[in-house]
Amino acid sequence: MKVVTLGATRGMGRSLARLMAARGDSIHVLGRNADDLAKCAEDLRARGAKQVSTGLCDLMSTATFAPAMDEADRALGGFDTVVMSAGLFASQEELESDRARAATVLTANFTNTVLFCEEARVRLLARGGGHLAVFSSVAGERGRKPVVLYGSTKAGLSGYLEGLDHRYRAQGLITTTVKPGFVRTSMTQGLKEPPFAGDPDDVAKTVLAAIDRGAPVVYAPSMWALVMMVIRLLPRAVMRKVKF
Amino acid sequence: MSAPPIAEPRISGWGRVFGPGREVVSEDIETLTKSATLTRGLARSYGDSSLPHPADGVVASTRLADRILAFDESTGVVKAEAGFSLLQLNRTFWRRNFAGPVAPGTQFITLGGMVSADVHGKDHHATGGFGSHVSEFRMRLADGDIVTASRTENPDLFKATIGGMGLLGHILDVTFTMRKIASPWVAIETERMPDLGAYLAGLSEAAKRFPFTMGWIDTLGASGAIGRGILMRGRWATTEEARPGVPQPLIRPAMPFVLPDFAISRFTVAAFNALYYGVHPSTVRRKIEHPETFFYPLDAIRNWNRLYGSRGFTQYQCVIPEAAGADGVKSFVALLQKTGGSSMLSVIKDCGDEGEGMLSFPMRGTSVALDLPARDGVQSIVDTLNAHLIELGGRVYLAKDRYTRPADYRRMDPRVDAWLTVKKKYDPHGRLRSAQSARLELT
Repeated sequence: MKVVTLGATRGMGRSLARLMAARGDSIHVLGRNADDLAKCAEDLRARGAKQVSTGLCDLMSTATFAPAMDEADRALGGFDTVVMSAGLFASQEELESDRARAATVLTANFTNTVLFCEEARVRLLARGGGHLAVFSSVAGERGRKPVVLYGSTKAGLSGYLEGLDHRYRAQGLITTTVKPGFVRTSMTQGLKEPPFAGDPDDVAKTVLAAIDRGAPVVYAPSMWALVMMVIRLLPRAVMRKVKF
Repeated sequence: MSAPPIAEPRISGWGRVFGPGREVVSEDIETLTKSATLTRGLARSYGDSSLPHPADGVVASTRLADRILAFDESTGVVKAEAGFSLLQLNRTFWRRNFAGPVAPGTQFITLGGMVSADVHGKDHHATGGFGSHVSEFRMRLADGDIVTASRTENPDLFKATIGGMGLLGHILDVTFTMRKIASPWVAIETERMPDLGAYLAGLSEAAKRFPFTMGWIDTLGASGAIGRGILMRGRWATTEEARPGVPQPLIRPAMPFVLPDFAISRFTVAAFNALYYGVHPSTVRRKIEHPETFFYPLDAIRNWNRLYGSRGFTQYQCVIPEAAGADGVKSFVALLQKTGGSSMLSVIKDCGDEGEGMLSFPMRGTSVALDLPARDGVQSIVDTLNAHLIELGGRVYLAKDRYTRPADYRRMDPRVDAWLTVKKKYDPHGRLRSAQSARLELT
């Protein structure tokens, strides 16, 4: 694979990039901090990546997307896969009390993520297709009390990604919506851990297998597919009562 | 990010004896360590060495700061962040015919922890502790400064940090040399030993021929044979002996729940030991083995520490100096029997020469490790064992300890005073501390 990543300097994106490196993929790492990118690149090289390059790209600055993609294309000699795992999280309480923070999270997780995917879409379609794997969340499955605002960004993102997959799969663009459940990363520290919490390295294995087989949706850890099936079926009257 | 506060967060080491505290994590180790008073890795130390001082309440975990910063294929020299684990090292480098420089009993440990405990392994008699293979590390000191420590730069800091239980500063990254191997598979031999005398003789004989030696003994001696056991010895397989391909990571089932406290009793321990001894054939068994199976038998079940119930357990690991001889080891095991302590897994192995670390655990002699359920009598068992250990001239391993009293610790390790001089030089206000350092008065 020739992969472009945004979000691989941390969390699940990093675990996934390391798995790709270990099997000898070529990786172009996008991010906003040059020092972080350099260290990430050396890490992926040492873990076996065939080729690693980096480029500056900031999820909060949409103007950086197109040039970063073009640079990635040159560095990799034409990429075939784009993995997008960047995103922001804040608790419902924080987002309710801080309007500016809410605007940032809403923009980053929906508008800017979609715009980033659009840049990937046109480039992949132009070469006859490829893989686009994007980290959404189980938080987007139902409107829920603890994640009203964050969850809505992921609901919108999941809707976009599903539509993209329906519209373009026949043309070779395979879109994988990644829906992590609770995963122990720095993003979720301090939160009360629910049952079936996962670790980023295990999640990455599940996600990579899904990308390889072209799955349209992957829940990770896999148990969350079952959990969410139940939650999707719960009547509104029940959802209004429960705390999760 | 503010989550609803959880009432009185509690934290533990591998022994699952809990104390107050919580963990913070970050990929960014320099920011993470700025205000921290203690860092931990994967929390495999058994006792309270990775628990925060009760007044601090927070320990920084490096487990997400795990990047490889540099790797030189021609020399095997690696520089990686403190949270880089032995598990990742094995997964990344076995297939390229490199192995870690020492072979401890679990791979769920980080570089920072390996330096801080100066971990040793089945090959201590041949290769020494982890610290011997480290060329330098970067640390954040108590005053916030970041310095490099090596044999030439801040050498006192270097030596006090190896085995110094993280009390000199926060280790940020570590540079060390891996071992070049012919293949990642291991050629092993296992043999039943009828009693402790035969076991100890077998151990020292095997050390001459094999880099890896260790074994499990039956401390209950239900049959009257105190310390009968299984001796294991091994070496990296040659290219010709190796199985085809690279060893794939083994599937590891987890212990799904905490067993009731009565599950580990004198009776079940005796049954386990008898079974373990009984199923091994009476002749020497030789095979080419998966490295994870040979090096990390206990990693086979994740969370095996849940076996010991809600009250947890402690591991009593000590080294008995060579001068005390086989009789010293025998008297020690006999004493354990007399105290009524029953250890399900008792590991006895050789230690080689003392390393550079000012508080490093190993010294030339025999290491004995006993798993003891943390029940009402555990403090007095540890006190009794310590009293005899002091007579024999041995010392306990801080990475396992939870119950040693400060006065006993001073008696068994006169090196503490010299170490404290260095500690005071780099941390004059005693800002860096742990629950263990408070208990043992290492401040």
